[in-house]
Amino acid sequence: MSRSDVLVDADWVEAHIDDPKVVIVEVDEDTSAYDKNHIKNAVRIDWKSDLQDPVRRDFVDQEGFEKLLSAKGIGNDDTVVLYGGNNNWFASYAYWYFKLYGHDSVKLLDGGRKKWELDSRDLVDAVPTRATTTYKAKAQDTSIRAFRDDAVAAIGTQNLVDVRSPDEFSGKLLAPAHLPQEQSQRPGHIPTARNIPWSKNANDDGTFKSDDELKQLYVDEQIDLAKDTVAYCRIGERSALTWFVLHELLGVDNVKNYDGSWTEYGSLVGVPIELGAAK
Amino acid sequence: MCGAQAGGPDASTIKPGETTIQGSVTRDGEPVTGYVRLLDSTGEFTAEVPTSATGQFRFYAAEGTWTVRALVPGGSADRTVVAQTGGLSEVAIAV
Repeated sequence: MSRSDVLVDADWVEAHIDDPKVVIVEVDEDTSAYDKNHIKNAVRIDWKSDLQDPVRRDFVDQEGFEKLLSAKGIGNDDTVVLYGGNNNWFASYAYWYFKLYGHDSVKLLDGGRKKWELDSRDLVDAVPTRATTTYKAKAQDTSIRAFRDDAVAAIGTQNLVDVRSPDEFSGKLLAPAHLPQEQSQRPGHIPTARNIPWSKNANDDGTFKSDDELKQLYVDEQIDLAKDTVAYCRIGERSALTWFVLHELLGVDNVKNYDGSWTEYGSLVGVPIELGAAK
Repeated sequence: MCGAQAGGPDASTIKPGETTIQGSVTRDGEPVTGYVRLLDSTGEFTAEVPTSATGQFRFYAAEGTWTVRALVPGGSADRTVVAQTGGLSEVAIAV
């Protein structure tokens, strides 16, 4: 798999904007951003109300994902292009989620909504109508999803990549600085985790750095890419971006995203926690 | 934008007790929409928000020295701000 199989630029999207077999999907942390405007013909997926189980802390199940994509007019043979705000955090999360349920052709728009806006490209408020489909999802591919026991088992044996900011890693903050400081019961990080903030993967405009720069980043941080890797953040969206970099752009095998992330781990009873800056 | 409120968002809407950095982004004296990044004292990225329609932004942070970087179509600008625990730091950024 090459970079162009999984990542497209804005010119590519503009060239395919009216292609009925290409479905552009906006997924934002701010789920109201789509209402203001969006890329022409883009549909919206709400990372919270569409992708999360409404009762338990978990994803919608296979049947729920099928219903969602059928209703959005996405077919199994469509190419899905995901983009969003916040440097594609939630678009990356949705990308990982689409792969979890086995969708074949998924791509990210490099730079997401921010790059599109900074380039002053067109945004519209018209909501497209797409005919419903009969989407068939596969069973979850748990080779790319880590659960809490996987995170604990990875201590000292696998690469643990904490992609939060240094202040969240050290325990100074519990959440990103633009969000209220709430969530887990305890601050800190999983012992033996390396702190490689997601932001190091991206340029200021939200585009990904080159493959060479990305590989060097992980080598410099003493990540042995021959070993299995678990990436985590606070709720699994920033670490989905790092999963995308390692698994999709760099082609590293055995990378899992721990979507429970710090809000789960930092509330578990009895697990080891480290405080302080990266060593 | 005509009639835009000067400075950052309404301070009465701040979550009590939070260490807050907020302000507005302008170009030629007029509010401009874009993105604002918060970098820590080592220059490391910490957070980013889109500005409101009137160019305003807000971060909840911690005590310390921060850099606030505005990104708008065709330009960017940095400002340094010192935040006190539980306090409100206002920063105006002209791009």
